Amino acid sequence: MSTFLGMPTAPPRSPYGTGHLRGDRTFPEAAHDELRNEQLRRNLGRATRTIRTKRLDVTGELPDWEQLRDAGSAIKTDTMNRLPELLEQLERKVTERGGTVHWARDGVEANEIVTRLIRATGSSDVIKVKSMATQEIGLNEHLEAAGITPYETDLAELIVQLADDRPSHILVPAIHRNRDEIRQIFLDEIPGVDPDLDNVPARLAAAARAYLREKFMTTRVAVSGANFGIAETGTLTVVESEGNGRMCLTLPDTLITVMGIEKVLPRHQDLEVFLQLLPRSSTGERMNPYTSMWTGVTPGDGPQDFHLVLLDNGRTAALADAIGREALNCIRCSACLNVCPVYERAGGHAYGSTYPGPIGAVLTPQLAGMHAAKNDPNSSLPYASSLCGACFDACPVKIDIPSMLVELRHQHTEQSGTTAEKLAMKAAAAVMSRPTLFTAAQKAASLGRAVGGRDGTVPRLPAPFGGWSDSRDLAAPPKQSFRAWLSSAEGAETMRAAAEEGAGRTADTPEEDR
Amino acid sequence: MRIGLFATCLGDTLFPEAVKSTAVLLARLGHDVVFPPGQTCCGQMHVNTGYQREPVPLVRNFAEQFGDTSIDAVVMPSASCAGSVRHQHEIVAERYGDAALRAGVATVKAKTYELSELLVDVLGVTRVGAYFPHRVTYHPTCHSLRMLRVGDKPLRLLRAVEEIDLVELPEADACCGFGGTFALKNSETSTAMLQDKMHHISGTKADVCTAGDSSCLMQIGGGLSRIRSGTRTLHLAQILGSTRTAPYALTEAAL
Repeated sequence: MSTFLGMPTAPPRSPYGTGHLRGDRTFPEAAHDELRNEQLRRNLGRATRTIRTKRLDVTGELPDWEQLRDAGSAIKTDTMNRLPELLEQLERKVTERGGTVHWARDGVEANEIVTRLIRATGSSDVIKVKSMATQEIGLNEHLEAAGITPYETDLAELIVQLADDRPSHILVPAIHRNRDEIRQIFLDEIPGVDPDLDNVPARLAAAARAYLREKFMTTRVAVSGANFGIAETGTLTVVESEGNGRMCLTLPDTLITVMGIEKVLPRHQDLEVFLQLLPRSSTGERMNPYTSMWTGVTPGDGPQDFHLVLLDNGRTAALADAIGREALNCIRCSACLNVCPVYERAGGHAYGSTYPGPIGAVLTPQLAGMHAAKNDPNSSLPYASSLCGACFDACPVKIDIPSMLVELRHQHTEQSGTTAEKLAMKAAAAVMSRPTLFTAAQKAASLGRAVGGRDGTVPRLPAPFGGWSDSRDLAAPPKQSFRAWLSSAEGAETMRAAAEEGAGRTADTPEEDR
Repeated sequence: MRIGLFATCLGDTLFPEAVKSTAVLLARLGHDVVFPPGQTCCGQMHVNTGYQREPVPLVRNFAEQFGDTSIDAVVMPSASCAGSVRHQHEIVAERYGDAALRAGVATVKAKTYELSELLVDVLGVTRVGAYFPHRVTYHPTCHSLRMLRVGDKPLRLLRAVEEIDLVELPEADACCGFGGTFALKNSETSTAMLQDKMHHISGTKADVCTAGDSSCLMQIGGGLSRIRSGTRTLHLAQILGSTRTAPYALTEAAL
């Protein structure tokens, strides 16, 4: 007797058309506009340069920084390899301590769960701690449509929200705005703000603070994300800089935390590693100002109603992919954004996703797919990199992002059927795998000298090389290839003379000077 | 030492002077330079653009051309091609090759070096008898720095050049924006990166910007030529190959 168990089905990606894991145009198209935003270029250049220096200072001062990175990588790898059991352990511990755990297979489910929970409290307002997971699923838009007003309480998130804008950086969401713009946004959007408000940062912060204090004191429900969830104890952790998180996590009656399932850590002791890795990689600080930890419900202290929403939204699909699994190790520090030369120029919006930069170019296609529609913009993300490798060096959990981008490019070409590019690549490989054809092609290339101008450069090139000649000259091909020179009388004579000199040198020079 | 020279497809076809200098330099240092004539391309462009089936014959050809046990070391004037041989060939062989290819790739990988690695690590030489009386700044290419980890080997070689005026390049470790087909697919972002690199190069007032990869120099030199900058590009091998008896004659052209 045999039992047919069926073919395992691939876990689903984040559903197409939901949340913020896909832009509406390709990276090069979006970058075309962003590159012309002088303000953005200046802000990004200044901010990323400052934070790069700070990060190098605080990572360089630790003698065991490399071992910490190894430990972080090992703990996350172990976590991903036994994610199901750890999540069940987390659920058990949170429930034991008086919390309620909800499982959301995608953003749609998570949004519905959160909306239902808020409605049950009777509140039509909710305060929010900056959270990538709720940004990813578009929770704010969903709540607004349901008649619930979400208030972002992180200063930069507030600016973005008031301007009806989208974050452009994981850690510094309003990095694309300057103080004059922020002043205008506050004047336009904060009720009762002092009409004489100027652009001094301290006074801008004070205006936001006065506005937010009132929200903290009167709103009975908060929504947060989580940096870490400890399976062993059921403890959730949020790290932040402004104290708004601490307010949201302690003052309301009801706290709803939306956590991506990859944020779980096995043991409380693992925080020893991650609370060193995260702030140093992220803000370039030895420690972030506020670290809040809570476990279920504590009678008489803090929210008396706690809900944990565990979000999949393509994470199980990523887990099933060798490189997706490694991408889930990301702790959202944004170090890779700050060192990325492509991110520094094009900015976060060009990626079209909640997760921009190098890790976003890997994570976004893993969570949401890159072939969900014809000319899916996500399929341009793995190519949004010069493969310079700075991200790999900066990553606190040693994610080999450049290799993963190359791997995703391969997945893309394998999925894409026959394209003009693939035919060109096949043709190039066919020529290059036959030395005689290659030599003939080289001779044809040297005929290209004829198109060279008087200064020896080639003028405008045809597609797909036109982008090259917009900003760069190309030297006309040389008269002779190297191999043609080597087999010429001149080449033979030059090499013979060099060898003669070499023989003399070997004979008279002591080893260490050679 | 018997050294197999891989010209790289770009060097062989478009930038033969860098390859000539490499060949002459190694011969002058007393080594036997061999050029397997069946060599073509390492397949890096294919792999980095997402194609791994197509370059299988290229990977196989490379392993066959340089697998010969009489070749003690394989050298190429390119860190990114050396990086491809050392990091990507086994990925291609593992996925689309056979046992013979995997074995061949492993053998060749172990003896493949970029020029500065070969000189400093294998041949144990930094003073190669070069003479170059010009102001020079050095751009460490990304793959030499972060894939091969050549560190300061190229700079040690340059510091030992007679009469050279070596000036430090600010933000040297930033990418020039080349990135292979990235320069075409994302040409505007690539150009934005190049502009910053050129700004730093111009600030050094160097006559020459040098590097270990002709591909990155094609990007940098192409940009410098377009803006009629006073700085031109030259491969590291050409500086190391310039001697008192046969000095490199610096011309105006940036490329």
